[in-house]
Amino acid sequence: MAAATNAVEFRSVSFRHASGRPVLSQMSFALPVGEALALVGRSGSGKTTVLKLINRLFEPSAGEVLVEGVPTTTWDPIRLRRRIGYVIQEVGLFPHLTVARNVGLVPTLEGWEPERIHDRVRELLRMVGLAPERFADRYPHELSGGQRQRVGVARAVAADPPLVLMDEPFGALDPITRAELQQEFKDLQAQMKRTLVFVTHDIPEACLLGSRIGLVQDGRLVECLPPGEFLRSKHPEVQAVLRTLQASESLNVQR
Amino acid sequence: MEFIEFFISHRNEVLQLTAEHLVLVGLSTSGAVLIGIPLGVGLARNPRWRQPVLGFVNVIQTIPSLALFAILIPLPVIGGIGTSTALIALVLYSLLPVVSNTVAGLIGIDPAVREAAVAMGMTDRQLLWKVELPLALGVILTGVRVATVIGVGLATIAAAIGAGGLGMFIFRGLAMLDTRLILAGAIPAAAMALAADLILGRIERRFGARRMA
Repeated sequence: MAAATNAVEFRSVSFRHASGRPVLSQMSFALPVGEALALVGRSGSGKTTVLKLINRLFEPSAGEVLVEGVPTTTWDPIRLRRRIGYVIQEVGLFPHLTVARNVGLVPTLEGWEPERIHDRVRELLRMVGLAPERFADRYPHELSGGQRQRVGVARAVAADPPLVLMDEPFGALDPITRAELQQEFKDLQAQMKRTLVFVTHDIPEACLLGSRIGLVQDGRLVECLPPGEFLRSKHPEVQAVLRTLQASESLNVQR
Repeated sequence: MEFIEFFISHRNEVLQLTAEHLVLVGLSTSGAVLIGIPLGVGLARNPRWRQPVLGFVNVIQTIPSLALFAILIPLPVIGGIGTSTALIALVLYSLLPVVSNTVAGLIGIDPAVREAAVAMGMTDRQLLWKVELPLALGVILTGVRVATVIGVGLATIAAAIGAGGLGMFIFRGLAMLDTRLILAGAIPAAAMALAADLILGRIERRFGARRMA
């Protein structure tokens, strides 16, 4: 085979909700291994649905979603999901487990030895800026929003999955914490050859973390370009998105 | 006081009936738990069945207890006078709090937590045992506590159909218009109900508090 298998591929994927509402319409794209796709677009355009189709929380109504060259519907869902890290805005930490147990969850499910899990958890906590001595035995309700988000990220990459999906993971944080976490995550990414698909409303974040930015409009991928080209695109919807950026920037200039 | 003398002179019978009562309550609550929790888990997963099943269990609750005992007696196999019929009625009565609390506890779990668990590749069984049941445990235990306290009270009526227990004193006392007998049945029963409430309440708090963060 000449070309390497893509990490994720959508082939003319359409998706309708159980209620019948159409969400995605013949979406197609191919994401090579190691790249990072940022999905931007209005609320309700279908970005989160794209993520959920990749880890088979949803199945396509038409077309095929391929992960590592195999349709999601062919994969054993459990095996598929163990190879995919997933971070959502609400985080969803298990309130009845300590931070260490939360982070070590997938390795535990995968049957790693306790010592290996212990070391990995500590390594990850340090990587996301949470001193293990202080945080490993705390419970989620004792943490701030930013700390919970960091634990969520550590948990998602604990078993070192080749693919990570993130749905506005830093959206609920204040701008300062958000910037810190974005940079930390970028450093994390630089260390591993992981493929990343993430949804964001934050254009600068999309440019920082993404190797490609995909604009989703009414269930279609209308533009998919590297950040530099994306910012120069003449597409009306891209322009609309960028205009909001300029609005907030002019606020800064006026001061 | 006359009553305390009575208590002491009849202490063997008091102890025996209390033991019978405990067995009735223990067995029926265990039955309600063994049937009710799995049933609640099933209903939490299958919303379509919730209305009919909870509705049915609710209806049983509305039948006056003595009438329920009486209805069961003429039935073949499970009927007849005595302990087994009483146990069936007691289990049926204790079901509602257990089932409906199990359903409520499971439904009340933060959807983000469930989504994260499924997306991580937990099997259904892992999801149930590692996430859902631990998180719903506090609410489920409340249901068990309520079922137990109801059971203690209801078991007094079981004496009416020959199942023994502290109700024997109460009914005998009513028939003979002997207050001491009535109290000899009612006071231990009330004490048992209070003790169950306190002990199970403490267990409930231990398991419930930490999780709902």
